[in-house]
Amino acid sequence: MTVDPIHQFEIKRFVDLLNISGVQFSFTNAAVFMFGIVAIIFFFLTYATRGRTLVPGRAQSVAEMSYEFIAKMVRDSAGSQGMVFFPFVFTLFTFVLVANLVGLIPYTFTVTAHLIVTAALALLVIGTVIVYGFFKHGTHFLHLFVPSGVPAFLLPFLVVIEVVSFLSRPISLSLRLFANMLAGHIALKVFAFFVVGLASAGVVGWFGATLPFFMIVALTALELLVAVLQAYVFAVLTSIYLNDAIHPGH
Amino acid sequence: MMKTWKLTVAVAMTGACLMAAPLALAPQVAHAETAAPADKAAAPAKPVSGHAAAGEHANGAAEHNPVDAHAVKFPPFDATTFPSQLLWLAITFGILYLLMSRVTLPRIGRILEERHDRIADDLEEANKHKAESHAAQTAYEKALTEARAKANAIAGETRNRLAADSDANRKALEADLAAKLVAAEQRIATTKTDAMSHVRGIAVDTADTIVSTLIGSSAPRADVEKAVDSALAARTAA
Repeated sequence: MTVDPIHQFEIKRFVDLLNISGVQFSFTNAAVFMFGIVAIIFFFLTYATRGRTLVPGRAQSVAEMSYEFIAKMVRDSAGSQGMVFFPFVFTLFTFVLVANLVGLIPYTFTVTAHLIVTAALALLVIGTVIVYGFFKHGTHFLHLFVPSGVPAFLLPFLVVIEVVSFLSRPISLSLRLFANMLAGHIALKVFAFFVVGLASAGVVGWFGATLPFFMIVALTALELLVAVLQAYVFAVLTSIYLNDAIHPGH
Repeated sequence: MMKTWKLTVAVAMTGACLMAAPLALAPQVAHAETAAPADKAAAPAKPVSGHAAAGEHANGAAEHNPVDAHAVKFPPFDATTFPSQLLWLAITFGILYLLMSRVTLPRIGRILEERHDRIADDLEEANKHKAESHAAQTAYEKALTEARAKANAIAGETRNRLAADSDANRKALEADLAAKLVAAEQRIATTKTDAMSHVRGIAVDTADTIVSTLIGSSAPRADVEKAVDSALAARTAA
């Protein structure tokens, strides 16, 4: 047993595929889990809706509730025009949620505990906002950075602040998810090491080990909450940012 | 219109991935530059040795796994894994997006829509039935009122007819009775006249008998008749 809480985040290269001028593309354990996440989401939702019954069963209720939950979220924050992005937000939410939840199972790999993954998702959101904003509104999209009804001498400062806040969005969006997942898993692992370490110290240690053991139980419950909450936060913030692309200007 | 926005989202997704790529590559390039130039030919092995050397003094206590040298570096910041991560994230997320937007979400949406329609239909039908029952009740009440009016009319008519019949009967009876009365009166009058006409003969006979009894011999018939006539005339005058 390695006493290394970081070990769980390790990327294992299973198959090296391509090497383009020093950039290595490999099939990794992260890739396996990403495909697993997609498979879980797709097959669960397909399985849940197989009956297409008028009165839904449990699984179908879950599928319908998640659909209506995200649809309501997008409609509330981005308006009915924002429903264009409903599949996108739904995909993001389910991907992050299932990645977080799968990561809680012992011996699994947490895709969202890697900054590059969360950063890519966050940049995808902001990229979508920028591309759609300019595509839909042209230069009017820049009104997003110009608050109306502000004295002229304050305007330059406010524009700077707005731009900085806009640019900090992907950073906060990606770091929030990444840090939550990373910290939670490290904490769980550290307490697991306490259990193993104390239990190996004899009979007294066994009793001592119960304390961190219950801590792990409590932390797992907390992490379950965090996993769902972070997926929700990611989806809500995405909807709010997308609203800026649809309705720029204050 | 829908298609255009889907296309836009797809473009944005690839755009974001492209934007993320330089971020991922930059640290790796930096590492590559710090690594020995001789290693440049063996690209896959090169970062491994570089990181192992860097990691040893940073995390000396960590177990060094000779098979997987990445263990010594903090994995989330290991830039050599970034291209693979991004590649598979783009592929899997793209697949998931396509599956969700093309297959799953329309499927769930259809179920919800069907239920919504069904509920709306059922409500509409219930309203229709309610209106029908209301109309039926109104019709029933109307029919009841009409029937009652008709019954009243029939009753009134019958009553009038019966009254008229009994009236007629009564009148006929009265007329009959009156006729009979008149006939009876006439008969009485005739009988009386008859009786009256006999009174003189009886009186004459009686007077004759009385006279003959009193005096022992019969008086002349003419005298008796004369006396009776005068007596009768005196009574009638009285």
